[in-house]
Amino acid sequence: MSFALLVTFIQQAIRLSSTLLLGSTGEIITEKSGNLNLGTPGIMASGAISGIVGAYFYTSSSLTFNPVISILITILCSIVGSLLITLIYCFLTITLKTNQNVTGLALTTFGVGISNFIGSLINQQMGGTSVAAFPEIGKAYRTPLPFAENLGVFGDIFLSYGFMTYLAIIIAVAAGFVITKTRIGLNLRSVGENPATADAAGVNVSRYKYVATLIGGAVSGLGGLYYVMDFAAANWQNNILDQFGWLSVALVIFAVWRPNFAILGSIVFGALYVIGSFLLNLGPKDQELLKILPYVVTILVLVFISMRDKKENQPPESLGLSYFREER
Amino acid sequence: MTETRIKQAHEPLIRITKRDNMGLKKSAIVYAVGIFAALIFSSLLIILVTGLKPTEIFKAMYEGVIGTPVANMGINKKYVEAIHAAAILLCISLAVTPAFKMKFWNIGAEGQVLVGCLASAYCMLEFGGKMDNTVLLIVMLLTSILFGMLWALLPAICKALWNTNETLFTLMMNYVAMTLVSYFIMVKDRSGRSDLGILNERTGYGYLPELFGRSYYFNILIVTVVTVLMFIYLKYSKQGYEISVVGESENTARYIGINVKRVIMRTVAISGAICGLVGFMIVAGDKHSIKSAIVGGQGFTAIMVSWMSKFNPIIMIPVSMLIIFLNIGSKYATSAFRVDNSIGDILTAIVIFSIIACEFFIRYKVNFRKTKRRAGK
Repeated sequence: MSFALLVTFIQQAIRLSSTLLLGSTGEIITEKSGNLNLGTPGIMASGAISGIVGAYFYTSSSLTFNPVISILITILCSIVGSLLITLIYCFLTITLKTNQNVTGLALTTFGVGISNFIGSLINQQMGGTSVAAFPEIGKAYRTPLPFAENLGVFGDIFLSYGFMTYLAIIIAVAAGFVITKTRIGLNLRSVGENPATADAAGVNVSRYKYVATLIGGAVSGLGGLYYVMDFAAANWQNNILDQFGWLSVALVIFAVWRPNFAILGSIVFGALYVIGSFLLNLGPKDQELLKILPYVVTILVLVFISMRDKKENQPPESLGLSYFREER
Repeated sequence: MTETRIKQAHEPLIRITKRDNMGLKKSAIVYAVGIFAALIFSSLLIILVTGLKPTEIFKAMYEGVIGTPVANMGINKKYVEAIHAAAILLCISLAVTPAFKMKFWNIGAEGQVLVGCLASAYCMLEFGGKMDNTVLLIVMLLTSILFGMLWALLPAICKALWNTNETLFTLMMNYVAMTLVSYFIMVKDRSGRSDLGILNERTGYGYLPELFGRSYYFNILIVTVVTVLMFIYLKYSKQGYEISVVGESENTARYIGINVKRVIMRTVAISGAICGLVGFMIVAGDKHSIKSAIVGGQGFTAIMVSWMSKFNPIIMIPVSMLIIFLNIGSKYATSAFRVDNSIGDILTAIVIFSIIACEFFIRYKVNFRKTKRRAGK
């Protein structure tokens, strides 16, 4: 692999990693409260399509185009969309205490379905082209840091990305800080580990679960928004976010429930995902086969951490269980 | 903490308590109301999209499932197709049920069915014409079952040995299966279209024979047998009893001398085997082709069907029919409006949401505050 190609490879890996990083940071926040949200792919798809809806209304309005405003509008729409769909999950699993796995899977079906549906409606409105595309907004999202071009390879590798890549890292670091270093984080972890104890200590279990799951949903949704706006340059495509949603869920394990590890993990996953297209002497068949890597690596990590059975690397104790006070 | 004054206790507006046991009649009413609400909501959605009148929607959905009377000559094809689709979903739901009853969260049914499909397709291409068709079908059946079983057993073994999280393991296995199928297609395909089309189209090697003039009937027959067997297995066999005990409490199971690890592996193997069987039915009896999206998310839907039916094989029959008919009907009703096919998925999810929400009202009782709070309290 030549040097220039290596740089492009790293860039591609990091580009893809932001989707996974945001997706899994959201899921980590959610899982820390004891909610295993298998609706993540659905939430990411809804976050993405809500951004596209915002983009559609903004570009078709009579306002003159302003890149900053377009970004703000799409982010706002994305957050609102993800919050709404996550609220369904919260209400069902926390208030109505339904099974989290089933609710999450239904949420994925729902979110992916509704985003494909809205996507096809927007395509129709835009004249029936095969994809809904907003090139100006894509360009706004992809604008690199201003001084990236003058710094050679360093600039290429570290500064050539759209703002959301950096936002993703900031969110992950902030989430890691809050979870491990603050009282709120301590309470959150206690809710995820043993809600009955947390309840006895005066922590409002339902409120923590609601807030954590909603914030987690919004962050995951931003992952979807990043993918469609930056990575795909504001082109909507049906069913594309499914696999990245599941990869984000997988990344949570890979990162052993630590957002800081997820930063590195997401780059590894991104690299594993794109490596096939950079090994030029491989045929298309073998490139296809290499796409298996992120999943196999996740499985190996999963088995490995369960074999070592170290306390600090385990999922939250009550992950996936509903809490009802009378059942203590 | 010393400064916080203890708030004067008062009864909250809404209080939730656990119910002992709701009668069968009452819970049936709750479910009926839930499903009815979901249907109303779904039709509202279709009205919003298509602008059809409510009566027209149900007419269109009915036509989509049953078929128009004009096209009806002899055996109604559409009707059988719908029943067949429901049978496939039912069979996957049956497959995941024993594992779920044991609280083994196998969400890899999609992948287990898919490797079953892959195994059948491989045998079709590799051995088609080299052996008698009946022998070929048996070979296909056995390899499909074997692969489905293997795909499920791998997570189960890790679960039994090291308590590895099976939900995420099986989930990842889905994507491993999908990638393998794409790879297989690329290896076998020489046209470069990444699509193998219909396998053995001219020769018909490895196609299930037609029963009463339709190959669908064979699949429906198999599913009927599986349903009955599963009902008996879960309800009346010793192994079925062991599954319930392990599901309720592993400690109890251990105490009464059940080998929990063995039960886990055996049950999950059965689960995977039936998934593999479904893969065989899809390839040999229906699609006669292979692609990575051939299962179409039914592996996930089946999980929800199984849960909604409370793991009861008999209840799964109407539930899977409801889901499939709603799916086919809504696609047909909206097909003239060029919206995406995903409307079926949305409606499925709405029905599931409302049915699982109904469970809450069966398990818990909502008490409203009776007396008004007095002033000053």
